[in-house]
Amino acid sequence: MFGTITPDMILAILPEISLLVVLAIVFIVDLVLPETRRGILAVLTGVGLIATFVLTLLFANPGNSAELVWGGMLRHDMLAYVAKLLFIFAAFITVLLSVKLEDVWLKGEYYLLVLTSTIGMTLMAASADLVMLFLAIETTSIPLYILAGFMTGDNKSTEAGFKYLLFGAMTTAVMLYGFSLLFGFAGTSNLYAMADAISAGAVPGPVLVGTLVLVLLGLGFKVAIVPMHFWAPDVYEGAPTPITAFLSTASKAAGFMVLVRVMLASFPNILADWQLMLGILAVASMFIGNVVALTQKNLKRLLAYSGIAHAGYALLGVVAASELGVASVMYYLLVYVVTNMASFGVVIIVSRIVGSDEIEDFAGLSRRSPMLALVLLLAFLSLAGIPPLGGFIAKVLVFAAAVEAGFVWLAVVGVLASIIGLYYYLIVLKEVYLGQPKSEEPVPVVRAHGVAIVASVLLVLILGVIIAPGYNWAIAAAASLF
Amino acid sequence: MIPLSWYLVLAALLFCIGLYGVLARKNAVAILMGVELMLNAVNINLVAFWRYFTPDLIAAHAFVVIVFAIAAAEVAVGLALVISIYRRRKTVAADEINLMKW
Repeated sequence: MFGTITPDMILAILPEISLLVVLAIVFIVDLVLPETRRGILAVLTGVGLIATFVLTLLFANPGNSAELVWGGMLRHDMLAYVAKLLFIFAAFITVLLSVKLEDVWLKGEYYLLVLTSTIGMTLMAASADLVMLFLAIETTSIPLYILAGFMTGDNKSTEAGFKYLLFGAMTTAVMLYGFSLLFGFAGTSNLYAMADAISAGAVPGPVLVGTLVLVLLGLGFKVAIVPMHFWAPDVYEGAPTPITAFLSTASKAAGFMVLVRVMLASFPNILADWQLMLGILAVASMFIGNVVALTQKNLKRLLAYSGIAHAGYALLGVVAASELGVASVMYYLLVYVVTNMASFGVVIIVSRIVGSDEIEDFAGLSRRSPMLALVLLLAFLSLAGIPPLGGFIAKVLVFAAAVEAGFVWLAVVGVLASIIGLYYYLIVLKEVYLGQPKSEEPVPVVRAHGVAIVASVLLVLILGVIIAPGYNWAIAAAASLF
Repeated sequence: MIPLSWYLVLAALLFCIGLYGVLARKNAVAILMGVELMLNAVNINLVAFWRYFTPDLIAAHAFVVIVFAIAAAEVAVGLALVISIYRRRKTVAADEINLMKW
């Protein structure tokens, strides 16, 4: 089945190999490092992630080719390549944001789990086989369950880990049941071969639609769309904030990569069915996410509901099921990841000093630390979709994709929902700029945190002004699926 | 020979019992047991399909072994999280672990 191992096959899993090497190094260093010098672990992980990013960027680019490697387990294409870079970047920012964070940053296993989860995500983006896909999803999720409940001395964190695990284990089992039926009737586990089996009529109609629903439930959990969104606010609120950032960006993006690939590769025969289903889910996510976010008092919960709404917007690109559609999802995720990293970065910096994530504790931040307030302003305006920030271009693209594919009503609903969205972002900004600060002292910023938010917010601006490079990547990634 | 559909029905029933357990039980350990039943339903499906449709291929077996391994890992992590919450709250009832809502 494998034959000989060619250099191409090695290059296809270069990011995973590199991450594994970093993981091994951190593991060994963690064993021999004295208690007092544990800070080195964060540096080591960060440097390792940068090295992985550079290696991937330089050597793992598949160009225009897209081939199945490792016996059909993985597909080496642009979509996987761009997504892997995105996940490695997100992991790097997560590590930066974890620095100096009590209860987490001096523990080696924290970095090991982040790295393991990143490996799972990179594999998720490339999986072309049900078995590999399942394995990748679990490699991503299981470390995240532990990370969400990492602060064992904190009631909210343990509760977050517990809830995430119970919901996650259930939805994975549901999705896996769908996989087993697909696998059995189609007679193959390869996502691409499955489309042929399905169009040959190997899977009876009702079973096909049933499995589609089961698979969508499982993937809907990963990307946190209605009706599988219940876990998100609780887990986001309780988990250590860098992990919340990681969950809401990289984990969500990985879910979208799988969603796009599975839907387009395996289910082109029932395109209209899943377009309608996902369209309805997108509308529900946009509205429920935005409306419930209006009432939130906690900034992390607010961002969780905003994340549900954003998953709804990104879903419009999936519904379009065209090259522009997939490219718009990719661009949306690029922007969403950097924007949310900037927002959570500010939350981490402020809550480390203030000791709470309630919105009222951010009052008057502009007078205490104008730069932090500015970062939050740019990030939130980008989330709300105001030009010239990245979020605006991303929204334009997904709406354009929906209109191009004939879903004008979805684009109209999306625009209406983003108007609701604008309101709660502005409420937070009003508090930040016009509220009365409890103290006038500036909020001290750890250098690593500063680097993380400045890098993220610069990318938000760049993705909004210089569109071509990001868009070309997104288009190349989309083209590799068609 | 027993027709394939019997196995599929058995698996479907097992899956439903497991799902009912997950949704209706309050005890976290019982919920994890429900998940195990659901995963076993998956395994019955896979093995039955292998026997009837693709007896020459090993893919289904590999899938079943991987499902086993993952299920074990998931329960190990699950029980660890249950213990960590039990240490703080002295309860493992899912409906009492509700510090955060809405």
